[in-house]
Amino acid sequence: MSESVSIVIVSHSPQVARGAADMVREMVGEEVQVAHCGGNPAGGLGTDVMAIKSAIESVYSQKGVAILVDLGGAETNSEMAVEMLPAEMGERVVICNAPIVEGAVMAATEAAGGAPLEAVKATAEEFLS
Amino acid sequence: MKTEFLRAVIDRAAETMRAHSPELTELDQAIGDGDHGTNMQRGFNAIEAAADEISALDFGPALQKAGMTLVTTVGGASGPLYGSLLMSMGKAAANKPTDRASFAAVFSEGVEAVKRRGKSDVGAKTMLDVLVPVLHALQEDGGDAVVAARQAADEGLESTRTMLATKGRASFLGERSVGHLDPGARSSALLVHVVCDLIEESQ
Repeated sequence: MSESVSIVIVSHSPQVARGAADMVREMVGEEVQVAHCGGNPAGGLGTDVMAIKSAIESVYSQKGVAILVDLGGAETNSEMAVEMLPAEMGERVVICNAPIVEGAVMAATEAAGGAPLEAVKATAEEFLS
Repeated sequence: MKTEFLRAVIDRAAETMRAHSPELTELDQAIGDGDHGTNMQRGFNAIEAAADEISALDFGPALQKAGMTLVTTVGGASGPLYGSLLMSMGKAAANKPTDRASFAAVFSEGVEAVKRRGKSDVGAKTMLDVLVPVLHALQEDGGDAVVAARQAADEGLESTRTMLATKGRASFLGERSVGHLDPGARSSALLVHVVCDLIEESQ
């Protein structure tokens, strides 16, 4: 299995989501797939369940997907999106309890080394301890 | 009858969310991120736009469709929370509940779904501080169900004023959240009133 865990960044702000994804690509490189989404279904600040689901699907990897979120609604909407995936996909998707930018960079760094999903999540969450 | 009542609830709920959008936003600006009014208004406008389609369905599928509409249009945590409430009620309702006990059983499934989705329960300054007392009022037997539900909603809402928020954005404020009504409890109380009023008007 040569592929790596993928990263999805979910922010209330489309600009924050894109900026965080840019930072990951710049600092970690292109070997880790990164998707991002931000903004509510009307284009304002918020998050969009269907857009999150599409973002996960767009980078889905057999090794799994780690999601980084900013605030409460992004987490709740991400949980909803994961539950809407087919069960065998959903069980390989986790939401990291970590700061969105730092967590995304750390998670991607770990993922680039070929680490499994649990290790990627743990590394992202190290920022909390 | 089924169709007419659901249609009436949709129209009144959408109208109520539009009318109270500024108030919900103001409550949310005090302790959250200030988008509850616009989010709820957007969600219920979307349900209203799909009202013909929704009210043509049986009770269970209609609630599920309304819930999914909220999930896909609201854009904040209230989408999955209210969406889970309605979707779980819809799944639990094989038929339209016809009495207090059968409605309470269906409503209970919805309230449990909100607890799971929000990883919360009563006392955390959330919509559950309205929904759980309303459920308990319906599960009891005495008195008029509509009067009891409305009173439980009002008292539950007021109880959030002195609570310390431990969930969601409001929890970042810590002690500063005390003294404000919870916006999600307020929108829940408004919706309980809509349904209660319409039941009374239809009698």
